[in-house]
Amino acid sequence: MINFEVNGQAAAFDGDENTPLLWVLRDHLDLKGSKFGCGIGQCGACSVHINGAVQRSCITPVSSVAGQSIMTIEGLAPDEKNLHPVQQAWLEEDVPQCGYCQAGQLMAAADLLIRIPQPSDADINSSMTNICRCGTYVRIRKAIHRAADLLGQQNNSGGEHA
Amino acid sequence: MLKHKGAVPNPGRRRFLVSGLSATGGLLVGLPSLNLLAAETTAGGGKIGFFVDIRPDGDVVIGVAQPEMGQGVRTSMPMLVAEELDVDWSNVRIEQMPLGIIHTADGFAWKYGGQGAGGSTSVTDNWPYLREVGATARLMLVQAAALRWNVKPGECRTESGVVICDSIDKRLEYRELAAEAAGLPLPEESPVLKDIGDYHIIGQPQKVIDGRAIVTGKARYGIDTSVPGMRYASIERCPWLDGGVESLDDSAARAVPGVLDVFVVEGPKPGEPYLILATGVAVVATSTWAAFQGRKALKVKWTHGPHADESTGSFWKQCDELLAGDGQVVRDDGDFDAALEAAATRVSARYKEPYVNHATLEPQNCFAHVKEDSVHIIAPTQMPAGASRAAAEVTGIDRLNIQVEMTRVGGGFGRRLTNDYVAEATIVSKKTGLPIQLVWTREDDVQHDFYRPSGMTEMTAGVDSNGQVVAWKQRLASASKYYRRPGVEADKMYEAELYVDDFPAAIVENLKVEWLAVQSGVPRGSWRAPAHTANAFVVESFMDEIAHASGQDPVQLRLAMYGGNRELPYAQHGGPTFNPYRLSLLLKKVVERIDYSKPRPKGRAVGVAAHFTFGGYAAHAVEVSVSDEGDLSIERIVAAVDCGLVVNPLGVEAQLQGGTIDGLSTALNLQITVKDGQIQQSNFHDYPILRMASVPELVECHILPFNDTPTGMGEMGIPTLAPALTNAIFNASGVRIRQLPILDQLKQAMTA
Repeated sequence: MINFEVNGQAAAFDGDENTPLLWVLRDHLDLKGSKFGCGIGQCGACSVHINGAVQRSCITPVSSVAGQSIMTIEGLAPDEKNLHPVQQAWLEEDVPQCGYCQAGQLMAAADLLIRIPQPSDADINSSMTNICRCGTYVRIRKAIHRAADLLGQQNNSGGEHA
Repeated sequence: MLKHKGAVPNPGRRRFLVSGLSATGGLLVGLPSLNLLAAETTAGGGKIGFFVDIRPDGDVVIGVAQPEMGQGVRTSMPMLVAEELDVDWSNVRIEQMPLGIIHTADGFAWKYGGQGAGGSTSVTDNWPYLREVGATARLMLVQAAALRWNVKPGECRTESGVVICDSIDKRLEYRELAAEAAGLPLPEESPVLKDIGDYHIIGQPQKVIDGRAIVTGKARYGIDTSVPGMRYASIERCPWLDGGVESLDDSAARAVPGVLDVFVVEGPKPGEPYLILATGVAVVATSTWAAFQGRKALKVKWTHGPHADESTGSFWKQCDELLAGDGQVVRDDGDFDAALEAAATRVSARYKEPYVNHATLEPQNCFAHVKEDSVHIIAPTQMPAGASRAAAEVTGIDRLNIQVEMTRVGGGFGRRLTNDYVAEATIVSKKTGLPIQLVWTREDDVQHDFYRPSGMTEMTAGVDSNGQVVAWKQRLASASKYYRRPGVEADKMYEAELYVDDFPAAIVENLKVEWLAVQSGVPRGSWRAPAHTANAFVVESFMDEIAHASGQDPVQLRLAMYGGNRELPYAQHGGPTFNPYRLSLLLKKVVERIDYSKPRPKGRAVGVAAHFTFGGYAAHAVEVSVSDEGDLSIERIVAAVDCGLVVNPLGVEAQLQGGTIDGLSTALNLQITVKDGQIQQSNFHDYPILRMASVPELVECHILPFNDTPTGMGEMGIPTLAPALTNAIFNASGVRIRQLPILDQLKQAMTA
């Protein structure tokens, strides 16, 4: 039995321990937001955060996440009403077309902003390696800059109370 | 789902409407398509789908009949209804409608109107229809209010979901009138539609209506289908084109925990129509991963099929041999030979286009549950009626007992016009009796597709001493996408490959077009802007070659040939006419925006292209830098489109951006090659879809509507990018790229 945490809730899996985390999330925990695109860590549609850092769940054996904390797209927003700044920015820039890759893109963008709160275009180029078949990259780039601004505003307003 | 009670057919009208109360007590209005009229009159009434449902809480629920694959129909189609219904867009919710078909004397007809998504037709086809649906519902609400107030409907007006009678100073919200309106007889007259100047939804930027569901991970695609008791299947398909199973040892596969069943799924025989793509071995399991593991444990010996000698090299050799002989003449204006003979300058070149893969990011998948006399299908498909036909062909069950539900589609690009994966899932469910979700792997998807046809074009032109193009010959040797399509005669195969009214037909007086049939075992089909992506690359590259050879500016040559405002006949899809003047407006725009005439340093230059695709017009200007070593850098892209009246500017811009990036990705890196009868690529490491790092930071889009007739937008943005890019590369480096993808051709040429 492998125990771990998903979006703040305890989770367990007792099947083949080589099963990629992606399929445990999708088939066993019914969390369908993380997508299957390539199965070899190329496209990033399956991206989730493991202990706060983005990982490709399609090549992450569930055995390797024992005792770890996982966040999927379903857990990215702080609550039902409020969105994460990347989600808000994605809506404001009207990013999605087919939308299939966007959960992975959002998880990658959220990770980028944790590491680099005000990313340059070069930072975006090197960090955003997920594939979007519809070619929404132009708006993704704008949305990341916008999310950085939203995040900056949040942090600034937080700072005033400190 | 939108349901109705009490159909009220009115056979006296040319078209008739049906209304009724929804299950929640709201007003439902629908309008059958024209072909349904005959069906319904012979059938004496019957069930008709509904699009509008005004709920007691004020929500306006609008049904969407077409599948959403990123082209924006779940936003744009309801905009048409909501505009004429006269409601606040913020109150609109949508519901995906399932496939609706009805029986007719000679087969089946649409219940809700056409539901397929392909050829950039949704906006064009539904423009009058869905506006009339909205206007009819509005009219009935007005009539209900007029009755309540004992005034004439003509004394009432509407405003954002409210009926108002100014003379008696009364107002009622739609939700208060919905039930009464639903009980009224249908209006005899066609409703009066709004003037364009009165639009407050159409033409306004509306964001993707499912945006919040998508960014929170709640949007549901086919692959997300989850049904109690569902089992998972995956199929190991023969890697040889038209090969089969020689022997199968499934003992190890059956020993994999979770594997429930293993069996052979027979594909079509060589040359037969494709119900499915290939023979394979299906593994059914309790989870997707178990099914994948079962596949890995299979020991299959495949027969190599009739195409084991085919390779990409043999394909090009065949093209060379064909082009050395005569082809099928599909257009012959004037006297090409004499005009070429008399020309001051003669230009000739050959271009090559590879097979390409659709690579929808959501791999093919389908849920199918075959029961004794019914089938339930849930699929990401562009053609839900095709899904129904596929399931019927597999099971023999009456199509009226085949329920087809559409999910969001994780990318279409023409791949999901064919429902082979629906047939496969149905086969597996029929064999096992289980509710089955079939999932393809990425490798399955890259190696088994209806690829965009590959071909080689020989171009020849003659230019007179005034710089006028007087002779034009286009000879395409290609593997037609109509390959193995039932009912297509050999002499019609070209129709999918060459649109004979494309530019510069009717502009160059002596013009000849030929097609030559290449034999290939590679399955092929429709890929975003079918034939246009290949032919625009050829024609727009060659236009630049003609300009350079005859000492003219490529932009000026194009503008001279486009000429003034006039409609030329266009008999293929996107017609009935083509106005090349509209291309000149776009070309001028991109030329101005990219500062075409500005002197640039060595190695830096601009290229342009313009093309008419399925009713829409587009142009690109691309600015590149090429180093002495052949390193290519895309500095800037300017795109412009004219799709007539713009329904949703944000959606149009998204499609233009997406088409541009798709064009760039495909031109730079993408090809499917064949060796010994097998596809050589397998996943994104060797089929490298463009990523963020390769996307220029400057991509600019312009929308320039020429008139008030809307056209689709899904495909127009792609064809001109490749030739604009290779023209820019030539201008920057002197290297003419005549074969796609570009790959390292530039480096090789510059360092040779």
